[in-house]
Amino acid sequence: MTQQFYVSPEQLMKDRADFARKGIARGRSVMVLSCREGIALVAENPSVSLHKVGEIYDRIAFAAVGKYNEFESLRQAGVRYADVRGYSYNRGDVTARGLASVYAQSLGAVFTADTKPFEVELAVAEVGTTPAQDHLYRLTFDGSIADEKGFVVMGGQADSLSESLRGSWQESMDFPEVIRTAVAALSGGGAGENPDPGARRLSPDLLEIAVLDRDPLSSRGNRRAFRRLPAAEVAAVLGTGED
Amino acid sequence: MTMPAGGPGSVFSQIAHSATASFSEYLARTAPELLPGARGAVSGGVQVPAGAVPHATTIVAMTFAGGVLMAGDRRATMGNVIASRHIEKVFPADQYSVLGIAGTAGIALDVTRLFQVELEHYEKIEGTLLSLEGKANRLGAMIQGNLGLAMQGLAVVPLFAGYDTDRREGRLFSYDITGGRYEEQEHHSVGSGSVFARGSLKKLWKPNLDEAAVVRVAVEALYDAADDDSATGGPDAVRQVWPVVYTVNAAGARRIPEAELAATSEAVIASRTIAGREA
Repeated sequence: MTQQFYVSPEQLMKDRADFARKGIARGRSVMVLSCREGIALVAENPSVSLHKVGEIYDRIAFAAVGKYNEFESLRQAGVRYADVRGYSYNRGDVTARGLASVYAQSLGAVFTADTKPFEVELAVAEVGTTPAQDHLYRLTFDGSIADEKGFVVMGGQADSLSESLRGSWQESMDFPEVIRTAVAALSGGGAGENPDPGARRLSPDLLEIAVLDRDPLSSRGNRRAFRRLPAAEVAAVLGTGED
Repeated sequence: MTMPAGGPGSVFSQIAHSATASFSEYLARTAPELLPGARGAVSGGVQVPAGAVPHATTIVAMTFAGGVLMAGDRRATMGNVIASRHIEKVFPADQYSVLGIAGTAGIALDVTRLFQVELEHYEKIEGTLLSLEGKANRLGAMIQGNLGLAMQGLAVVPLFAGYDTDRREGRLFSYDITGGRYEEQEHHSVGSGSVFARGSLKKLWKPNLDEAAVVRVAVEALYDAADDDSATGGPDAVRQVWPVVYTVNAAGARRIPEAELAATSEAVIASRTIAGREA
């Protein structure tokens, strides 16, 4: 006969939260930054096929940190949710807010009811016609949802990276500027003229970068705003090899 | 009690079954009422009279140097009545393929919309584009799904064209109502005016035409179809309504701008006016 020990709900939730937090902090960071030209999604990711950022719908993208199999299944569920909604209503009726609330509900349900919480943290980004109309939602393992302004940093040393971005990020930046800012923060050096000499150097093949264009229809003739930057373009943006 | 790793009923097969990259398969499993024609299935083999619903008419498609073109007229008919003068029957399916539809307009438009989502869904789930053959097969499966309605008089017959990025050439596929898929060479046409368009294409089409020349051939073929088929609309200079023309090449699908089509259509009308032929 095995004996069940009493565990208080407070202790149970705390244990689960600690477990999930540990899993998330182990990984590398992902940043989602709003700017004048759109929204940039920057991740440190050595794999070229196991993506951390992905397209959900016309103007909506997804970024995640944590366990790959868990956030990949959430990403696919998000794509299915968005495609069904857009197909049965209209493409314009698919919003990041709707998607984020479905994510929040499923993460919340898994956190309280399943044997193990998801060890993931997600961001859902929707690009608007102006930076003020951009939506960035951060979703954590317990189903909490936060509406963020400007940028979201998740995973790894998220707090110190947010702190460093707060000093260097500006809403008026264009894509190359905001990507350089994000990569400088990820590398651990400050942005600008005097980077920290101890900083790691992140080469383009260690970065996964995608953007949501603010006006894809006029710039590319496509209603899908999501675009993955190939390594060559990332290298050009970062000016690798110049300095 | 554990099943062999790959056997039926194993965890692997359950996961593989639920993880489909096909949007139409996912819909069939979770929301079958959203599939085209699903809600309207008439029981008891009732025939829908031909003049009861709008029908889309002529589509032509042809290869050219480095790609493929598809064009459609702008008319939909209900029996002897013109149901629409502005309907569009050629659509981009994705970046490298286009789709034209003839037959029952309502169902055809739904099939088109589903097919577009199908391709985009696959791309987003898998992170890569479906091969051109794969796209053509998926469309065949969708048309086959409509066989019940087709037998009741609500047939949809598409024409599919795309740029094969592996073979680096434009390719054409036609279908029958059972979903049978046939690869066509050089050029093809579907719809009520297709017989006349096809005769026209046989004389006007040549291998390795450039894009401007092939647009002209398409407009001429549609003009000939409209000349002899009352269900096909010719270029309408009064309302400024021109055919819808898409080309697909290595750079992707492109809709020929209205201004270019207006110029080509007016040139065709002018040359035929000058020729002054009666028949």
